[in-house]
Amino acid sequence: MAETSNQVARIFGMLRKMQVIREFDLAAERAWKDGRAYGSVHQYIGEEAIAVGVCANLKATDYLASYHRGHGHSIAKGADPVGMMKELFGRADGICGGKGGSMHIADFSVGMLGANGVVGDGAPIAVGAALAIRLRGEDRIVAAFIGDGAINRGPLMEALNWAQVYRLPVLFVCEDNAYASSTRTSSVTAGSAVARARSFGMLAETVDGNDVLAVDALAGQLLGHIRAGDGAAFMHASTYRWCGHTTRDTGHYRDPEEVEHFKGLDPIARCIGWLREHGLAQDEIDAVRSEASALIEEAMAAATAAPDPTLDAAYADVQDLGGAR
Amino acid sequence: MTEMSYADAAVLALRQEMTRDPMVWALGEDLGPAGGVAGQYRGLQAEFGPRRIFDTPISESTIMGAGVGAAIAGTRPVVELRYTDFAICAADEIVNQAAKIRYMFNGQARVPLVIRQSIGARRGFAAQHSQSLEAWWVHIPGLVVVAPSTPADNHSLLKASIRSDDPVVYLEHKELWGIRADVDPDAGAGEIGVADIVEQGDDLTVVTWSNMRQVCVEAARTLRQKDIGAEVIDLRTLWPWDRECLLRSVRKTGRLLVVHESVRVGGFGAEIAAEIGEFLWKDLRAPVRRLGLERVPMPYSAPLETHFRITSARVIETAVEMIEYSSAV
Repeated sequence: MAETSNQVARIFGMLRKMQVIREFDLAAERAWKDGRAYGSVHQYIGEEAIAVGVCANLKATDYLASYHRGHGHSIAKGADPVGMMKELFGRADGICGGKGGSMHIADFSVGMLGANGVVGDGAPIAVGAALAIRLRGEDRIVAAFIGDGAINRGPLMEALNWAQVYRLPVLFVCEDNAYASSTRTSSVTAGSAVARARSFGMLAETVDGNDVLAVDALAGQLLGHIRAGDGAAFMHASTYRWCGHTTRDTGHYRDPEEVEHFKGLDPIARCIGWLREHGLAQDEIDAVRSEASALIEEAMAAATAAPDPTLDAAYADVQDLGGAR
Repeated sequence: MTEMSYADAAVLALRQEMTRDPMVWALGEDLGPAGGVAGQYRGLQAEFGPRRIFDTPISESTIMGAGVGAAIAGTRPVVELRYTDFAICAADEIVNQAAKIRYMFNGQARVPLVIRQSIGARRGFAAQHSQSLEAWWVHIPGLVVVAPSTPADNHSLLKASIRSDDPVVYLEHKELWGIRADVDPDAGAGEIGVADIVEQGDDLTVVTWSNMRQVCVEAARTLRQKDIGAEVIDLRTLWPWDRECLLRSVRKTGRLLVVHESVRVGGFGAEIAAEIGEFLWKDLRAPVRRLGLERVPMPYSAPLETHFRITSARVIETAVEMIEYSSAV
């Protein structure tokens, strides 16, 4: 009974995180539409269970390498949504001083080594971080998140090989939302992501990425393997991207029925359903959403009021040796 | 002082830095038993073990990308990419990751690493193993670019590059691996951004780097016999480059000849020539001239390769033309 109540508390905590991520990305879309956020904003709506389920199994000291759709990973790893929203607005006290934006959010204080604008590039970086962990004799692991588009990039194949041949503490998490930008990934991919990982001899499993309990369970299992020193592992999590590739993409190339079908598999609704079945009251669940919404409204207000960077910031942190000219 | 080769000077520098700082390590292909393609890692794996002289598969993207990851996670990697021609396979990780991370993340992370890639022509190395791409790297904000030309500089500047908190593209010339000269084994880290005035002269400034240093020195010695004083400046580092040293020299001589082994079109010599044109045009007594390779891939055949190589005779010929130009005006 105690075990069940612990599990309910754990999943309830995950719901909170998922709800914050959902509200953050809904707000980011509004801000992009009214011009406060700009550039490329990649929303994570519909995929929240993967970041949250995996990060529930990471320690604060573990590293996370992300990709362009990184808001969810950042929040799940512990980054501050207020600082993130300020970053989307390009403000001075944004999490990266307004110099990175949506695609380059990083929070090294929580081990979040950065979202990355180049598909697949986080994987070799994760491998290098793992080599550093080994050299420094530290007790950490690296979670490398990639999208399904990355499985057709050579650097990922290199990184998988390195992680396995050197038995590195890396968990690769492939978030398969079925589309690489506008291209259906299955239409350009021979074999499968899991088969590719297994071809390196790597422990690789598939999971329903819209089921936070299943993601949590598999992440725990794979990380147990990694933390035991048995080498890298690969998780393939099936999901669906509710929105376009970015806020400027309407996703017109997809069948609306397909989109509606997958919206019916909403990871948040499914998590709520499980919690209700396990005795959580509806008003407790409603409160989670209100709290998340209030937090993000506060972030929006703070970001709107935050100052722009001064021009000297543009010249800072280029390099120590050699100026701008 | 100890006489040693350019390759051995690099081994000495790396050994000293690895001894000084346990977070310094190297990764790349054929570093261990082989000791590097030119012996520039010889003996180091036996001394420091396979984790710190780390042999990798042929995976340039991940050699470089892992270097970046290891740098932001608290170590100081020396990334060996073998040839600048192969560094192109890792250009994304150099340009989009190593050079940008500190800036994009607002200084939350530094990328202290050295990216070694040998440059230049060597007899018969042909089109895919002969390039000098320094101008590409100088073009990228965030990168430091170093191109040592002597054993002593390869020792002191490699040490400085390893200690730099910026990513450093470190260009060693294939033809220089075997040259021998005195090195002070106790020398500390050199200063990045400081040129070396190799020959003094009042009539003409010749600015160069890497293997062209020796070519220009030979030319200057011949020119002296013709009563032409050529001041040879070896930049040693291309970003930052010692602009003040060059400006001082050209103010004195009024003539500038740039000599490099990279393709002349769009080479770093063009940047130098433009700077001098913008800031010193009133002091110039002759048009700025540039010697660089023609915009042709390097051919294999010896006579064809020889045709393209920049020789001291061509430096002399160009220098004389520049002197005659001002006498004629």
